Amino acid sequence: MKKKSFFVQYPVFTIFAVLALMIILAAVFAPVICGDRDPLKGSLADSIQPPSREHIFGTDKMGRDIFTRVMYGARISLSATFILVGIVFVTGTVIGIISGYFGGIVDAVMMRTADMMMSFPGLVLAIAVAGILGASIPNAIIAISVVTWPKYARLARSLVLKIRHADFVEAAIVTGSKTPYILLRYMLPNVVPTAAITAATDIGGMMMELAALSFLGFGAVPPAPEWGHMLNEGRNFMQSAPWLMIFPGLAIFVTVVVFNMLGDSLRDILDPKEKAR
Amino acid sequence: MTAKEILSRLAQMIIVLIGISFVTFLLTYLSPGDPVRNMYLANGIMPDEEQVAVTREEMGLNDSFLTQYGRWVSNCLHGDFGKSYSLNKPVTDLLAARLMPTLKLAIFAMVIMLAVSVPLGVLSALHKDKPIDYIVRGLTFFGVSIPNFWAGLLLILLFCVQLKMLPVVSSAGTFGDMILPAVTLALSMSAKYTRQVRAAILDELSSDHVIGARARGVAEWKILWRNVFPNALLPLITLFGLSIGSLLGGTSVVEVIFSYPGLGNLAVSAITSYDYNLIQGYVLWVSVIYMAVNLVVDVSYRFIDPRIRARR
Repeated sequence: MKKKSFFVQYPVFTIFAVLALMIILAAVFAPVICGDRDPLKGSLADSIQPPSREHIFGTDKMGRDIFTRVMYGARISLSATFILVGIVFVTGTVIGIISGYFGGIVDAVMMRTADMMMSFPGLVLAIAVAGILGASIPNAIIAISVVTWPKYARLARSLVLKIRHADFVEAAIVTGSKTPYILLRYMLPNVVPTAAITAATDIGGMMMELAALSFLGFGAVPPAPEWGHMLNEGRNFMQSAPWLMIFPGLAIFVTVVVFNMLGDSLRDILDPKEKAR
Repeated sequence: MTAKEILSRLAQMIIVLIGISFVTFLLTYLSPGDPVRNMYLANGIMPDEEQVAVTREEMGLNDSFLTQYGRWVSNCLHGDFGKSYSLNKPVTDLLAARLMPTLKLAIFAMVIMLAVSVPLGVLSALHKDKPIDYIVRGLTFFGVSIPNFWAGLLLILLFCVQLKMLPVVSSAGTFGDMILPAVTLALSMSAKYTRQVRAAILDELSSDHVIGARARGVAEWKILWRNVFPNALLPLITLFGLSIGSLLGGTSVVEVIFSYPGLGNLAVSAITSYDYNLIQGYVLWVSVIYMAVNLVVDVSYRFIDPRIRARR
């Protein structure tokens, strides 16, 4: 029997991978798509116009084109989300591997810290951290990283503990392999796949949390075209100009749906045991 | 849980609380804003250098970090969380006044969540891979992916602006004002919980004792009520406890959208005005509530799960 191509075999994954790629490309090529329109400047003569042929998503109170702002907003949201997921993935995995491999006091300190972080609602602390550090995208990323790394650390630790005393690890120790070599050669490859799947399924959720912080005024600062922040601006014009909040919200929703579906289908492919029944 | 286990959990809670209080205190200590100036500015006074220096001394801000932290903790233990700079009232009074509205909102949202997700999850599990299952799964996917702040705004747009059925601002805290915020909160939680109910029921349906009962020809409804539901209850209670945490954290966004007079809304305005005492108080209160709820959930196993009772 001829083996089917990967993409034919997994149509759901393929569809959403293509969609995700389209969103990323739209963000990268925002200047090309929007022509010479500036996301930060508009003319006040055009302020608060409903969607039209000229401004397909309408304009905001500064006369800026919403479509242009949504397109440029994809750059901020996507890059911030990928950086955030990258940070929690790397720190969580490293801490988890070290904690699981060495055990003892290192493990106790790190895991009790993780327990502490997990034993109360994350967004409460994230809001406090973001608010105290001051509003900016990097601070919002730090705030959410602080409350999210324990999830990855615990996952990595549990995966390391599973093989910690496996024969091939003991053999490596007996034959004199250096510890860094064991960590990189045996522990890391064992942890990365599962942690990566978790990271892929977390992208949508992380994006929503970042947008929520910006919405509350603890993330992006004006005039940056960030989706959550645009929603907050549009909130005051709900009655007269609902398009101000509909399109940025739709952008978040569509992007989150695409990345959630992509993450879920990736998990189903790589880890059939976990497949949602 | 035995009495000993409960005691050790309480000890753990205290350690966690010490950690949390230390972290929040450290953060506010290191933060760039100057509380003295902020306090004056919040009351519309431009202080001169001398005033600032005097007030700093009065508030004990010139003491070492550990002295300040120790004093703050000992005051907290006596129920005194300090005074809010921006609102000029004791933090304890402010938080106490906002606690009930938030709890009411959270409980209301939970009731909606249970009323929606338990029937949908059971239905979906019993009709696995039938059209109704696909519809429910589609809905849960939709619910998980929609940001709650956007959902809230859309609900306001629909019910308050277009249909004019409900007031836009729910500041009074009456039942009618709570409907939209509660629905918004319940939306994403119901979606997650429905999935979990479905998974828990499916787990039970494929277990050996259910297959055995079916083979003996026990009526299907009897299997459901005697075997499936009681066993599926246990994991769901754990998740129920955990979802209280996301509820408490998630209320602030929803409270801001609906101008609801709750804890989260207070916390957001405290942060915007650098009101550190209020922020610290808020974080500690919410942590205590969250941990207390989880403890109650764990203790309740003892009454629900006969295996745990028998083990003693």
